[in-house]
Order: sequence, then structure tokens, then C-alpha cells
Amino acid sequence: MEPIVVAKNLTKSYTKGLRALDDVSLTVNQGKVLVVMGPSGSGKSTLIRTFNGIETFDKGELNILGIKVDSTHDERKIRKIRKRVGMVFQQFNLFPHLSILENVTLAPIHVQKRRQIEAEEYGMYLLSQMGIDSHAKKYPSQLSGGEQQRVAIARALALKPELLLFDEPTSALDPERINEVLDAMRRLAEQGMTMVVVTHEIGFAKDVSDQVLFMDSGKVIETSPPNIFFSNARHERSRKFLNQLEKN
Amino acid sequence: MQIKQKIFLQFGICFIFFGLIGILINNLTINLIRTGLGFNFNWLFKPASFALAEHPLPYTSSDSYAWALFIGWLNSLKVIASSLVFATFLGTLIGFARTGKNSLLGLISAGYITIIRQTPLLLQLMFWYFVGFLGLKDNMFIQIKNIFNISNQGIEFSGLTFSSEFLALLLGLSIFTSAYIAEVIRGGILSVSRGQWEAFRSLGLSERKGLIRIIIPQALPAIIPGLTSQYLNLAKNSTLAIAVGYSDIYAISDTIINQTGRAIECFILLLVSFLLLNLLITYTMEIINRIILRSQNYS
Ligand SMILES: Nc1ncnc2c1ncn2[C@@H]1O[C@H](COP(=O)(O)OP(=O)(O)OP(=O)(O)O)[C@@H](O)[C@H]1O
Ligand SMILES: [Mg+2]
Repeated sequence: MEPIVVAKNLTKSYTKGLRALDDVSLTVNQGKVLVVMGPSGSGKSTLIRTFNGIETFDKGELNILGIKVDSTHDERKIRKIRKRVGMVFQQFNLFPHLSILENVTLAPIHVQKRRQIEAEEYGMYLLSQMGIDSHAKKYPSQLSGGEQQRVAIARALALKPELLLFDEPTSALDPERINEVLDAMRRLAEQGMTMVVVTHEIGFAKDVSDQVLFMDSGKVIETSPPNIFFSNARHERSRKFLNQLEKN
Repeated sequence: MQIKQKIFLQFGICFIFFGLIGILINNLTINLIRTGLGFNFNWLFKPASFALAEHPLPYTSSDSYAWALFIGWLNSLKVIASSLVFATFLGTLIGFARTGKNSLLGLISAGYITIIRQTPLLLQLMFWYFVGFLGLKDNMFIQIKNIFNISNQGIEFSGLTFSSEFLALLLGLSIFTSAYIAEVIRGGILSVSRGQWEAFRSLGLSERKGLIRIIIPQALPAIIPGLTSQYLNLAKNSTLAIAVGYSDIYAISDTIINQTGRAIECFILLLVSFLLLNLLITYTMEIINRIILRSQNYS
């Protein structure tokens, strides 16, 4: 099995003395889904954002799809990684001045230099996979949150990525809109996509993930398969967190 | 507040307003009577009988005051339009340097903005005039005299001659306004959320492409109003031309007032011409703004 993400001893501080990442090591193999959980401020976003270089780190090593980066944050290598890794954000971050289809075709046209017709054809295919091809000519503000997030997934898929990163993709959605996004993510996992997903959706983690990684104060507390993590977590802190989560 | 009180307040404000206007008109009339000139514009067509160092159209001292004023207006327009272009160009560069990743460039541009904004424009104009251009002729470092023909009459460049006065004013106004434009640009860029930067970077777009395709289009609606007000300031500040002896419309009016005593008429003409000019600027910018908004289809 080929490793897609290998992190070794990642450490990062935004402010001196406070570690957002504290000696984090992990591996994600091809076709696997890693779910990252942990209390607010535990460093989940910071961790996942280092994987495509939109966050730097101070110490340690990353190997993404065979491309090695360290704390020097080599801009050329990072660009190479970004062309092969897709990311979906909590706040969607669609480009409000571009139509839905333009959001999806931007990177194929301007990064991969594809012809517009070709990019649009594939863009429409991705939108139909997400069930939103009828909105192609609209603008992001005209869509519901769930629809916007599905556009964001289509946009992230446009470069045919080998790894997808999700940072709390359903946290900003109305409860009745959450499943349409989770279902789209389920289908991607079934198709064999390698994914790292920060989420507190226990159902999704149980059904879809291969491993659950639990973080607290920038440290990895435990990494377990979901059936063990949710029924019999090894660590006291993990169990406390799960209790808290079930109460809400 | 009760209705009665409201009405009373409105009446009070009206009373004060019209009272002040009345005093102003009274003052004007007294002044007119004292000078014994009466209010009219017939003098406009008498010969000006003063020379102008700088005239984009033919002018001799036997031409009328009206023609002299028109030449002044053209001179104003010339320096305002060219400063506007330079200031925008310079301000945009500095604004981007200020927001960019390069910390040295950021520091330099922050220093530039601070120094320019903390000193009076008049001082800066005098600086460029006396330090920058008057001494040019004797400057031993300038070895490019074949291309630029430099003297203390100004600089000749491919057949066009620019006076020292014009250049000092152009440079002074451009540099002064560019510092404010840089801040407007910076504010516009900062108004675009961090998520937009992260989104385009995640897609593998270069910083340059991301700026052009994603950040600038969203920053423009926030930039245009600020830019408009800087352009209006630039136009108004151009009347400081008189300090470096450039014959703009204000400097020429000043000469005419000294010769004829027609202060009221001249000020009315000045006010109207600046009002028209600034309305033109505002209107043009509004059209640009509308085009931008429409091209972006926000809804
Ligand atoms: N840009 C920043 N500047 C300074 N500190 C930051 C910044 N971003 C995050 N932090 C800090 O780093 C730590 C980890 O933050 P991070 O956003 O990674 O946590 P998280 O697990 O994603 O939290 P949440 O569940 O609230 O999203 C927190 O203490 C946070 O305050
Ligand atoms: Mg987070």
C-alpha cells in the first residue's frame, strides 16, 4: 500500500510557548479515509492545512504524494502538491464574483491550461455528480449552504486530485442540509478517494473512515479504527470528548 | 421629541441658515460698492496684458482675460490628468508592496506612506521644486543629456518640453496622492476575506493569477469610492501650483484679481470650474464602478 500522507514530528507555534501542533506523526495510505477529531483549538485545522501548504510548520517533515517538504516551505514543491490535492473548507470559500461553473473551471483553465470547452464539459460532469448541474450559471450567493458546499467539492475535484482534505465541511450547514454533503463524500470514499476529514459527524466517521485520529492541545492522543474508537477508546481524554459530543 | 419642538427646531435651523446667507450677500454688496466696480463679466474680454510662461495653446499678452483663464484651465487639467495617472500607478505598486509577502518591500512602503502622509503637501511641493528641479542644470551626475535635455527651464524629452514648475508640481502631487491611494488599495485588498486567498492557493493558482482573478475583482468595489475621493483631493490640491509658480487656473485668477480687483467674479468662475471638473471625475468613477459591479453579477 502506497502512503499518500506521511507526517513526521510536525510542530508549530503561532505564539511562543503555545503549540498548535506538538510532535504530530501520522500516515494515510492510498484509498483510506482518516477522520480527525478533537476539541476546539486542538490543532485540527492547523494540521490539515499543512498538508497542502496553506499553513507552515516550524519543525518536522511532510511527505505528500512523494513530495517532501520541511519547515523551509519550498514554494515550488508546495505548488506541485496543491495541483494534486483538493481542499474543502468549513465556510465553502467559493468565489462570489464567478458563476458556479466558472468556480469549477478556474483551476483547470488557469493552472492546467485546459481548453475552456474541455474544462466546462468536465466541470458540468462534476456538477452533475454532485447533483447541482442545473445551477451551473448561477452565482454562489443564489445557492443554499449545502449546494454551495457541493460546488466546493466539485471545484476541489476539478484537478482530479489524488488526495482530498475536508476541514469541518458540514459545520456551517443547517442540520437538514448536512446529509446531502456527507452523502457526496461517502460516494467519493466508495470510489477509492484518499481523504482526510476533520469532522464531528460520528455516523460518517463510523461508516466511512478507516482510522480516527484524536487530537488535544496539538498532540495526537490516539489513532484507532472507528469501531474501537467509538466503543472502547483507549484514552481517558478521548472517552471524555466522546461523552461531551454525545450530550450535544 | 414632540412635534411642536421639532417644528420649532426646523424653523430655528432655517432662520440661522438664511440669516448667514443674508449676511454674506450683504458683505458682498458692501464690498462691490466699496470697489465701485459693480458685478459684471464684461472685463473678461479686455486684453490681459500679462505674459504666461506656459501655454498649451497660442497665447500673447494682447489676448483676453477669458482666453488667459482658459489657458489656465488647460494647464490645470494637464497637471491634474497626468498626476492622476502617475499617482494611480505609483499608489497601486506601493499598495501591493505594502500588503505583499516580502517584508523588506512592506517595510519600505510603510515608511514611504508614513513620511508622505505626515508632512504638508506645500512643503513637499517646495522641496521638489527647489531641491529637485531648480538645480538640475548644474547636476554633474546627469549624463543622459542626449535623451533628456535638461536646463532650469525644465526637461525636454523627444520634442516635448516640460517646465521645472510643471515637473515639480507633477511629482509633488503624484507622490503625495500615491501614498493615500496606496492605503486605499491596501484597505481594498484587506477587505477580501482570508478564505478567498486560501481557496485560490489550494487550487494551485500562483499568487499573481490569484490576485488578478480572485482578489482584485473583489477588492475593486471597496477601492473605487476611496480612489474617487483621492482624485477629488488631487484636483483641489492642484491649486497649490501657485506656490511653485505654475500657471494653473488659480494662479492666473490671482494675477487677474490683482490687476482688475474682480475678486468676486473670479472666485465664482473658479468655484464653478472646480465644481464642474470634480463632478466630471465623480461621474466618470461612478460609471466605472457600475461597469465593474455589473461585470461581476453580484446579486
Ligand atoms: N492564525 C492564527 N494566529 C494565531 N493563533 C492561531 C491561528 N490559527 C489558530 N491559532 C491557534 O492555534 C490553536 C489551534 O487552532 P486550530 O484552528 O488548528 O484548532 P481547531 O482544532 O481547528 O479548532 P476548531 O475546532 O475551533 O476549528 C488554537 O489555540 C488557536 O487559537
Ligand atoms: Mg478548525
